[in-house]
Amino acid sequence: MKLKSILENYVFVLPAVIIFSIFYIIPFIWVFQLGLYEWDGIMPTKIFVGFDNFKEIIFQDKIWWQSMLNAGFITAIALTFQNSLAFLLALACDREIRLKNFYRVIFFIPPVLSEVVVGLVWQWILDGHYGLLNNWLAKVGLAHLAKNWLSDPGTALITVSLVHCWKGFGWGFLILLAGLQTIPRELYEAARVDGANAWDSFKNVTIPLMIPVIILVAILTILGTMQAFVLIIAMTGGGPAYHTQVPVLRILASMRGSSRFGYACAQGISFGVVLMAISFIQYRFSKSSKA
Amino acid sequence: MFKSLFSKLFLFFCVLVSLVFSGCGTNETQNKAVNTITIWHWMTDRQPAFYELAKRYETNTGVKVNFELYAPSDAYSQKVRAAAQGATLPDIFGILGEKRDFSSFIKAGHILDLTPYMEENQGKWKEEFFAKALAVNEFSEGNSYSIKTGIYGVPIDVMAIQMVYNKDLFKELGLDPQNPPKTLEEFLVIGNKIKKANMQGLVSGWGEMWMIDCLANNYAFNIMGKDKVLATIRGDASYNDPDWIKVFNIFKEMRDSGVLASGIVTMVNKTAEQLFANGKAVFAFNGSWCVNVYKGMNPELNYAAMLPPQASDKYPMSIWGGAGSSFLVNARSKNKEEAVKFLRWMTEKEQQSYLAESTKNLPANKNSLKDIPAILAQFANSVEIATHPSVWGISEFPAVIEAFDKGIQSIIIKEKTPEQVAADVQKIKERELAKKKK
Amino acid sequence: MKTSLYYKTKNSATNILIHLLLLSVAVTCIYPLLWMVSSSLKTQEMIFRDTSLIPKVAHFENYYLAWQEGGFGRYFLNSIMYTVLVVVGIIIVASMAAYAFSRFSFPGKNLLFYTFMAAMMIPVPGSFVPLYVLLNKLHLRNTSLGYILCMINVGLSTSIFLLKTFFDKMPKELEDAARIDGCTKFGIWWHVALPLAKPVLAVVVVFNALNVWNEYILALVIFDSKQLMPLQVALMTFQGEFITRYPLLMAGLTIAALPIILAYLFMQKYIVKGVTQGAVVG
Repeated sequence: MKLKSILENYVFVLPAVIIFSIFYIIPFIWVFQLGLYEWDGIMPTKIFVGFDNFKEIIFQDKIWWQSMLNAGFITAIALTFQNSLAFLLALACDREIRLKNFYRVIFFIPPVLSEVVVGLVWQWILDGHYGLLNNWLAKVGLAHLAKNWLSDPGTALITVSLVHCWKGFGWGFLILLAGLQTIPRELYEAARVDGANAWDSFKNVTIPLMIPVIILVAILTILGTMQAFVLIIAMTGGGPAYHTQVPVLRILASMRGSSRFGYACAQGISFGVVLMAISFIQYRFSKSSKA
Repeated sequence: MFKSLFSKLFLFFCVLVSLVFSGCGTNETQNKAVNTITIWHWMTDRQPAFYELAKRYETNTGVKVNFELYAPSDAYSQKVRAAAQGATLPDIFGILGEKRDFSSFIKAGHILDLTPYMEENQGKWKEEFFAKALAVNEFSEGNSYSIKTGIYGVPIDVMAIQMVYNKDLFKELGLDPQNPPKTLEEFLVIGNKIKKANMQGLVSGWGEMWMIDCLANNYAFNIMGKDKVLATIRGDASYNDPDWIKVFNIFKEMRDSGVLASGIVTMVNKTAEQLFANGKAVFAFNGSWCVNVYKGMNPELNYAAMLPPQASDKYPMSIWGGAGSSFLVNARSKNKEEAVKFLRWMTEKEQQSYLAESTKNLPANKNSLKDIPAILAQFANSVEIATHPSVWGISEFPAVIEAFDKGIQSIIIKEKTPEQVAADVQKIKERELAKKKK
Repeated sequence: MKTSLYYKTKNSATNILIHLLLLSVAVTCIYPLLWMVSSSLKTQEMIFRDTSLIPKVAHFENYYLAWQEGGFGRYFLNSIMYTVLVVVGIIIVASMAAYAFSRFSFPGKNLLFYTFMAAMMIPVPGSFVPLYVLLNKLHLRNTSLGYILCMINVGLSTSIFLLKTFFDKMPKELEDAARIDGCTKFGIWWHVALPLAKPVLAVVVVFNALNVWNEYILALVIFDSKQLMPLQVALMTFQGEFITRYPLLMAGLTIAALPIILAYLFMQKYIVKGVTQGAVVG
């Protein structure tokens, strides 16, 4: 009896495990062991170099770590600005305001739009000489603030980060709004009866109940933003001079530009290790904050 | 309960299975017909012209030619490389990459040696091409890739990368539209005028590094001559040499004079083309394909071609040019002979004229030059003096090229001096040389 | 929240500020969409010269041209087929696995689950090559089934993660009642758990639908025959090697955006209820 039950349990996970093993594990192993070779992706022969690729990544590849820092910066902006904006908008939409459903749909348009359109439109808005933004700044008398947003080394990274936030806040908004809508009104009533003002209710009722949702959004944001690259290619190509370079772009450069397939695989694995470490820390943090 | 669930899942799998068979069917039919040649390409703009050529060939010979388009070029490269691994390459395809990649494909046995076909009948086929176009597909004596000397690909068009300038904007600046700048100094003076007039100067896709590489290399040849440049690549000369510093300095001077358009450092070539086509830039650094692009966006554009303004008169100014796109034959294809026959037909004078006319690109066949538009002819003249990394017989390390190009970007955004960049590049060069020795 | 902050709502200044914030963000969200549609109605020459949102002459024929030249009929259907099948596939496969991870115990359960989680975090660069060779060996390369299975795998980890979290939070009473009534495990899963999970299933649907609908590189690499290509690949034909035919591209992108926006409109009601109850993670 017991055995039959356990076998039944396995049947439930079987399809997932089969598909996963064939289409993820096998390619993963192939890529994983490739990190130990120097190969250009075409030649019939590969050169075994052991851990040299990894050593090069850790000790010599300054650009790799620069790209990690850049990705970290974009992610930090996303975690703060993007998610705060999403939270603010969710708070605003949580009331019984008119057009709530309208906003719910509008705010989800950026995630749905193709990156081609997003890249083109924003490039056009941010263009240094003919862009809408600088045009508008001049009209309101702030012409001295006009910059070459995407090519100026000082502003390129933050500009790219902000466009990413724009594209991504829709998901956060949706999830946070949902979370807000499950908080029972009675709790707020009770707080008000106890003499709490708006800020107190927010601090003592809203925030504690929203922490799990906030953490979920944070995890998804980190995983998503660290791996971002398509928008960056469209807007700056990783430039100027590495200022907006990100890890996935480096991996692509190794594969295509330098034809170093093995090295690219080693980069991928290093990246995975970093992401897993971050996620692990997040997970621990969420566990301790629940307790 | 269980029955209804089971039947639903069963239905689902039936649908999937039927899809398998529908998919399989298409696959088989393609492999059966021996009288079909399959060509994989990435040239979206030329698909209609290719289609037409395929129709004509089938009418003439009864052989069906399937031009299959996979765009954009990045995705095309991935597909070709994956197919190379899976040994499912088509009869004819192209490689978008450098000579190094080309040599790897040859070593892996994917590419047919076309030399016998080119040489037969006293080299009749070979003679039809511009020498420069063929050179890109050739491996010459003593090349550093250890490839047997020979011709391995067929160019189907030719291109040259030069500068163009907007005649109307020249008039606005008070310059003579018939007299473009010939020296770097004249160019920089114009730059000052552009800055004063608050206009945009030179646009080019310098966000895509290879375009920076191209211009920098042109000036390197001009300042120190081809031999010294190749010596540097071989490792016999250093990037810290004053001549190289002069090359880097050119970009500093261009930056300071105001001749570079703002944002050029992150521009993709398509954006540069759009700006020049709409009359928003005075100069552009682009290839001969731009004629077609500009015509599509602004047929009224009043412009002309010019060589990049010379920095020194010790050596001639050089430009990059040669084969635009080339096709290769799969050495393992079952239709090798038919494939070669088709490529021979496709590069004949008549077909090349048709291609040149319908796609506004320069033909690879020297006998097809007669009916091309005037502006294109200006590019054609330059092909004679053009060079190209693929013909030097040696390649620089990718890491060095990247440091070189990004270094120039740093100069333009004022983050590094020419001397600093030279030192950086040389350091990486030495590191790569050391690795190679191991 | 509604009650106490309702008080503040009476303060019209705050109300105005809030609406201002919402509207300004909404404008930035709508603008690209409007630009896309407006560009689709212009000509290649006017697209970058005439910067107004309302074109002087509206070239509606661009839509017809894009549809014809892009061969949209076939590709559109293909994309819909792939999206539907992949989404259905993931819902079945992922929810079964997630349910098992949540409710059952068996040796290796945790190890398996964490392996799925790890897959979310490790990008596999150049995975197209091994997938290509693999599919080739399985004779699934130029087939719909091969593509569908690959795409099911792509969304598997995240979907399992979302679903398991929901199942963890779900009260067990209904399932226990069904078991006492003599329902099999499959029956409980199909008749009790899944219906309750409708909200989070809606999230999984939108998430995966978006991914599959926008995918094109894998399709381009593993498909040879045009019959099987999805819509995104067709869109690429407007992005030429040198010339991008912007009006047609924009028309094509607008057509391509419609189904996914419709799907979202349809699903979003469920999502708000659902993410609430469970993807709320710990």
